[in-house]
Amino acid sequence: MKRKLKKREFLIEKLLILFAGITIVTTLAIVLTLFGETFQFFKEVPILDFLTGKTWAPTLVPKSFGVLPLLVGTLMIAVFSSIISLPLGLGSAIYLSEYAKTRTRKIIKPILELLAGIPSIVYGFFALTFITPLIRQILPQTQVFNVASASIAVGIMTLPMVASLCEDAMMAVPNSVRNGAYALGSTKMEVALKIIIPSTKSSIASAFVLAISRAIGETMIVAIAAGQSPVLTFNPLESIQTMTGFMVNMSLGEISQGTLEYKTVFAVGTMLFFMTLIMNLIARGILYRNRERY
Amino acid sequence: MEKKLIRRRRLKNALFQGALISIIVFSILILLLLLYQVFKVGLSHLSLSFITSMPSRFAARAGIASALAGSIWTISLTILFAIPLGVGTALYLEEYANKKSWFTKILEINIANLAGVPAIVYGMLGLAVFVRFLNFQRSILSGALTLALLILPVIIVASQEALKSVPSTLKEGSYALGVSKWQTITGVVLPYSLPGILTGSILAVSRAMGEAAPLIMIGAAGYIGFMPKSPLDSFTVLPIQIFNWTSRPQAEFQDIAATGIIVLLVLLLTMNAIAIVLRNKYQNRMD
Amino acid sequence: MKIICNNINFYYGSNHALTDLNLNIEENKITALIGPSGCGKSTFIRTLNRMYEHIPKTKITGEIFLDGENILTDSYDLAELRKKVGLVFQKPNPFPKSIYENVIYGPKKHGLKNKDALDTLVEKSLRKAALWSEVKDKLNKSALELSGGQQQRLCIARCLAVEPEVLLMDEPTSALDPQGTLKIEELFHTLKEYYSIVVVTHSMQQAARVSDQTAFFLNGEIIETGTTDDIFTNPKDQRTNDYITGRFS
Repeated sequence: MKRKLKKREFLIEKLLILFAGITIVTTLAIVLTLFGETFQFFKEVPILDFLTGKTWAPTLVPKSFGVLPLLVGTLMIAVFSSIISLPLGLGSAIYLSEYAKTRTRKIIKPILELLAGIPSIVYGFFALTFITPLIRQILPQTQVFNVASASIAVGIMTLPMVASLCEDAMMAVPNSVRNGAYALGSTKMEVALKIIIPSTKSSIASAFVLAISRAIGETMIVAIAAGQSPVLTFNPLESIQTMTGFMVNMSLGEISQGTLEYKTVFAVGTMLFFMTLIMNLIARGILYRNRERY
Repeated sequence: MEKKLIRRRRLKNALFQGALISIIVFSILILLLLLYQVFKVGLSHLSLSFITSMPSRFAARAGIASALAGSIWTISLTILFAIPLGVGTALYLEEYANKKSWFTKILEINIANLAGVPAIVYGMLGLAVFVRFLNFQRSILSGALTLALLILPVIIVASQEALKSVPSTLKEGSYALGVSKWQTITGVVLPYSLPGILTGSILAVSRAMGEAAPLIMIGAAGYIGFMPKSPLDSFTVLPIQIFNWTSRPQAEFQDIAATGIIVLLVLLLTMNAIAIVLRNKYQNRMD
Repeated sequence: MKIICNNINFYYGSNHALTDLNLNIEENKITALIGPSGCGKSTFIRTLNRMYEHIPKTKITGEIFLDGENILTDSYDLAELRKKVGLVFQKPNPFPKSIYENVIYGPKKHGLKNKDALDTLVEKSLRKAALWSEVKDKLNKSALELSGGQQQRLCIARCLAVEPEVLLMDEPTSALDPQGTLKIEELFHTLKEYYSIVVVTHSMQQAARVSDQTAFFLNGEIIETGTTDDIFTNPKDQRTNDYITGRFS
């Protein structure tokens, strides 16, 4: 009886370690599969052509594998969506942590969570059927698929994440810090701008980087609203293709393993993986370096 | 002079507050607009036959039966894989692991990084490992395994938070009765942290339910004319069906895409509402 | 002697918390451990059921004999030890379950499944803890609805349900109001008929009221042990005298 119990305890612990190990196996599997196919890809396409080429036409004849159009498209989405998500997210956080009464906060937070919980496919639909027509009414030269509309939708989708990460940091600032300033007659705005933001700046910076990383990896909104034309442009009113958009587009058709198309998807995916990984590491690095202590 | 300065500072503060409130109002407005747009376009097509019919080349006859069934199949299996794995990992990290060992540190850093990997990359992993290497084909099983890995980090982190909230005095109370570690976990730790674990898990699962990109990567079909009967059947899910309809040029298909979104949102909102109710109950108990 | 401690040394990491302790616990007597806070009383009481094993980086040397068997050896089964040596904590820590489930928690985990046996055990344990009459009609109510004093008696009943021989109590009344304290102190007298009791207390009056034996702790050492009467009326060590006359605390 006792021996059995001890053995069970031992086995359970080993089982739980095994479970935890699956997360490591997942990472290894991601890296290995991405690397494997990408390595094969670069056997056929010179890496320099890939990174510096300005024409992306992997399925046309003649084939061309210059990834710059996809990269620029992706970065445009990231930059333009940040114009929405960063200031609005930060603003919401300041309001929630510094101005809102407890009851107001209890109403607004679930609304932001709902915004965060809406699937990106729904935002994509909203961008295509509402935001795009609106933009085209104001700027008729806008193409049906365009960067601006997708960026606005991506920005709205990442806004709640920025808001909640920043708010968490701001709520962690002890009231004694605020009260010191209020005692000197500071207004709420002065406290927010001169005390709260400076003392949470690393959390804010980290939230910003994470939001941009999210935008880079966002797929369905851009696949629906930004278009599928890999042209190198900086005009937000034109149609483009992002890295994720390309990957989805290729997968909609049958692509068989071993073909160059298949490897191309993995090469682009590897690039995406590394971009987001580096940004996530930066975000955590910022937090780790400047941990706020009170 | 000084009075004027104070007045100016107050005015600035009021303007700032106004700006912040407009940001909040903007967010709420967007949510309302989005819902309005979806319901305006989609509500007229919502009917029982829409839910019970197969997709069709004719928008008027098309339904979401196979996609809805596919979603339910996929999500059920995802729950089956992800929750035991996620909660188990969290238990290991919080109750067993030596917090200072390098293995634990690597685990935690790795989980944080996995949480930031874009969903579509998980799709590539699923394609290479589940579809091809393990030869599960483009099946519900492949999809569920892919989604399970995708939401695993979220479940782990949420469960860790819930486990951390269990007072150590309760665990000691159990140990002092000669009760073993695992029995203490099932007897005290898990019952206490269950609402928190469930809240986090429901939110994670509802995220999986809205995902289209990773399943498109593993080759879930855009058109399925039959009801899936086993985990090895090919399948589609609601978000992919909606994507399929949205990307068609004909306006009628965009209308029924909106109807599909209504169904998806109702499912997700129900799950979210359950999570929020659970959490509120939980927080009241903690206070 | 129920318990004999020989040369106990205890370490938290590099902190030497207990030094060369020797103490005998008599059967069916109440032994009080007194001394200023931080003197090692609570640390010591937790060595008697090896509770320190849940704290990382702790180390113990020496011998503790329970009925002649050294409990500090690896071969001594931890579950058996803790069934024999129960511990009641400073702050009542009932599980967030019903009163009934709190009492049967230990026995059930140790394999008792028979419903009638469990019912009997609940009544017996609650009666011994002087709680039965107050809760017999609401056994299925949450334990958290009880008053602090009732919760602490429930924790005692929970302990008694695994049928221990020794009861360790770590300042069991420090979180209670005077009425709750009185109830627990009355309980001591009936409990010692069945159990050997070790109680840590910060109140010298309490030690004087309830205990038969007293040990005075200071800076991780035992300065003096003896019958409670001797310690309080005729202390041999100047430091004991200083403490009981309230010259330092």
